[in-house]
Amino acid sequence: MPEYSWPEQGKRRLMGTRISRLDGGEKASGRAKYTSDLNKPDMLFSAVLTSPHAHAKVVSVDTSAAKAMKGVTGIRVVSGPGTEIQWAGTEIAFVAAASEEIARDAARAIKVQYDPMPHLVKEENLAAAGVRAKAAGEAITGDPDQAFKDADVVSEGSYGIPVLTHCCLEPHGQVSQWAGDKIEMWPSTQNVSGIGGDLSKNLELPATGVHVHMDHVGGGFGSKFNSDRWGIEGTRLSKESGGKPVKVFLDRATELTIAGVRPSAFGRIKVGAKRDGTITAWQSETWASGGFGGGGSPPLPYVFTTIPNQRKNHSAVSLNAGGARAWRAPNHQQACYLTDCAIEDLAAKLRMDPLDVFMKNADVTPRADVYRLQLKQAADLMDWKKKWHARGDSGSGPIKKGLGLAIHTWGGGGHASNAITRISPDGSVEIELGSQDLGTGTRTAIAIVAAETLGLPLNAVKVKIGDNAYPPSGGSGGSTTIGGVSVSTRKATVNALDKLLDAVAPSMGLPKEQLEAVDGKIQQKGNAAKNLTWKAACAKLGAKTISETGVNDPKNPGGLMSAGVGGCQMAEVSVDTETGIVKMVKSVAVQDVGTLVNLKTAESQIFGGCIMGVCGALMEERIMDQQTGRVLNADMEFYKLAGIGDIGEIVVKINTEPQFDKRGVIGLGEPASIGLLAAICNAVANAIGVRVPNAPMTPERVLAALERRNA
Amino acid sequence: MSSKKDPDVSKKPRSAFSRRGFLGGVGVGGGVLGSGLLSPVAEAAPASGPAAVPITLKINGKTQNLTLEPRVTLLDALRNHLDLTGAKRVCDRGTCGACTVILNGRVVYSCTVLAIDAQGKEIQTIEGIAPAGKLHPVSAAFVQHDAQQCGYCTPGFVMAAKGYLDRHAPKSIEDVEKGLGGNLCRCGTYVGVRQAVLEASREMKGGRNA
Repeated sequence: MPEYSWPEQGKRRLMGTRISRLDGGEKASGRAKYTSDLNKPDMLFSAVLTSPHAHAKVVSVDTSAAKAMKGVTGIRVVSGPGTEIQWAGTEIAFVAAASEEIARDAARAIKVQYDPMPHLVKEENLAAAGVRAKAAGEAITGDPDQAFKDADVVSEGSYGIPVLTHCCLEPHGQVSQWAGDKIEMWPSTQNVSGIGGDLSKNLELPATGVHVHMDHVGGGFGSKFNSDRWGIEGTRLSKESGGKPVKVFLDRATELTIAGVRPSAFGRIKVGAKRDGTITAWQSETWASGGFGGGGSPPLPYVFTTIPNQRKNHSAVSLNAGGARAWRAPNHQQACYLTDCAIEDLAAKLRMDPLDVFMKNADVTPRADVYRLQLKQAADLMDWKKKWHARGDSGSGPIKKGLGLAIHTWGGGGHASNAITRISPDGSVEIELGSQDLGTGTRTAIAIVAAETLGLPLNAVKVKIGDNAYPPSGGSGGSTTIGGVSVSTRKATVNALDKLLDAVAPSMGLPKEQLEAVDGKIQQKGNAAKNLTWKAACAKLGAKTISETGVNDPKNPGGLMSAGVGGCQMAEVSVDTETGIVKMVKSVAVQDVGTLVNLKTAESQIFGGCIMGVCGALMEERIMDQQTGRVLNADMEFYKLAGIGDIGEIVVKINTEPQFDKRGVIGLGEPASIGLLAAICNAVANAIGVRVPNAPMTPERVLAALERRNA
Repeated sequence: MSSKKDPDVSKKPRSAFSRRGFLGGVGVGGGVLGSGLLSPVAEAAPASGPAAVPITLKINGKTQNLTLEPRVTLLDALRNHLDLTGAKRVCDRGTCGACTVILNGRVVYSCTVLAIDAQGKEIQTIEGIAPAGKLHPVSAAFVQHDAQQCGYCTPGFVMAAKGYLDRHAPKSIEDVEKGLGGNLCRCGTYVGVRQAVLEASREMKGGRNA
């Protein structure tokens, strides 16, 4: 039985070091081909006509004018007469045509009559939602009524964070081709091994009939797992157009309207504590919406899960708006915001430093030692104790500075993953997996693990992903990829090396147990002088290529990976109390990632997670118009993302101490994106002396809060 | 680069930051190319635009003869008709910078330039800044500092950075933030971008290549 465990921490050559991503040059030179870049011979373009109404019955759809247009090869009506539309942006019809311009013209030429119906598109006011709000039922732990009576201090507040969109820069879409009994599909997806099966199910075809290819994907963030209506209809249009490939990509307005959202979360929260800061009671009345299906159920109280006395009520509000999809760390940003802002307000009422209150209550979290260590490390990096002041910067002048913090958690255990490692007689090494690289550095991580295992330089390993003909590997969601592919690659490569040693041992006159792969050689353990170069060793294979598989079984990871991390993020902001503009000064992120694979791309993930926190805290929100039922800011001018000048200094510390390292590989994409949003909003309250209840902290909301304080 | 011959560039060099103002002036908010929500329900929409016309573009030093409808943007001409797909279509209305190219030495959003208006100008795309198999110093610095994740915004950032460094020598992160303020990234790669542009500036002897 080969030994799969990771090399000891001090003995790794590549793992945990700073390695540039393998596809970096391809991407930074524009040579990388994303699906949306594909121009196949005879390719047709598709455009989608969508509903302008948030709630309506389709009365009639007249495609005759569109059909008669030169260059139109197919039209599919997907919301025919009688269909009840439940959100603006719902797909009515797809058109395929010889050019993108003709396809758009034809979509516009389709005449649709609607019978509009009443709609609800806003959920900030729960009372106004009426029957559209469904209560989940009360959950009680301990005796909250008594605990609030006994509490020395009770803090109450209202908090809310809005619906966000994923805003992937490469919109949703694909190229697909109906080629006889086989479908060729080039999607923009997080799910190379799974999306083909989803498409075949929707088309009622055998699951093996779809061949999926994808080299690069321009962002997913949880919204790109399924074949979607555009995938299904684009493929049907290919069939209707004589098997020519059809390209469908959503335009930006449609992308931001129907391709997925992060649910909102609003709530009234009450926290009771002893004078020394020990939290004794929690009460939350929350509501959320992720679109027509409701959705969004933040796990409360977040991280401080075992507060002894709790009363919780939650309602899901159904809106006539585009539906929710998993959004980087689903439900966690919302839960973190509601919880950590409420605790910051409690600390202010106690006249305590929130850092001390978080420390004091670490025992009601599932990993007290981790959070205490991370809070201390983050505080040191922020110089918290020196900079922190009681709520409200008392300095003169309109610019106020403040500090805020939050802690978060995530699972991040690896998904099921299969890999093949091939070692050829010429010494070349190939790893195949039906995985994908979302920009997290998956390709590079696979190469690092394989090269580390074989004692080879990184460039000696060729990684092949992005094809569902390769061994299946899970979709990239929930930070499950790095654990999954690291383990399957490690096992496949250890197995392949074992076979190579079998082939080499006789000629070296040693039992294979005494051999190891180091520095491009197969050598005797403890006697580097007795060796064969990698090439010479592989030549012993004769004509036979080694091909070995490795499997990550999430239920039995064998110590190579695990799940469950903690993290702490802190923010320092300055607020101009005359204009209401909040600026980032500094952020600190301390993150547990288990065994680190690539320091460089791991840091990038955390920087990116923090910057998403800046977006969510200060500028990003989907704005609905109750009058028209539409998204008002379905564009990138008014759906605001942070720019390069908005982020301040960001300091990242990854926990590589032995107690973290020994746990095996754990995903970090989600946790990195959770805490900073709440930390920034807490920093704003600390700066200006009053809570701005609803994120994002736009100038308008900051000024309104200041006005209320001064009233 | 024949920038000195072009009257447009005799003005104060524009950083990417100032393009927002320029674009605002020509009213990018007015036109919606998509067939999505913002289009009113069509009533006797015209069947097609004016017919395609011959259009000659000079791209990366090479003359390209095309037949395009006058409404086709430079971005769509590059991507759909010339297979030059480094420039990406993201916002499609002059906000995000993913489609950035250099036109007569000036950094522009190719989604808001009509191909027909780009005739007679020197168009440089990311495909033209380095020989095959080689990386431009800006691209190399982006790799070194991991200034990319999904990479979809990256070619636009590289072109905006190149255009900026051709004319300016940033001294600080603040300078870089002003120069690259016209591009957006969703993955959050700005920390790497700041470092990459500063490093590339040293390599390119910033400001002396104009």
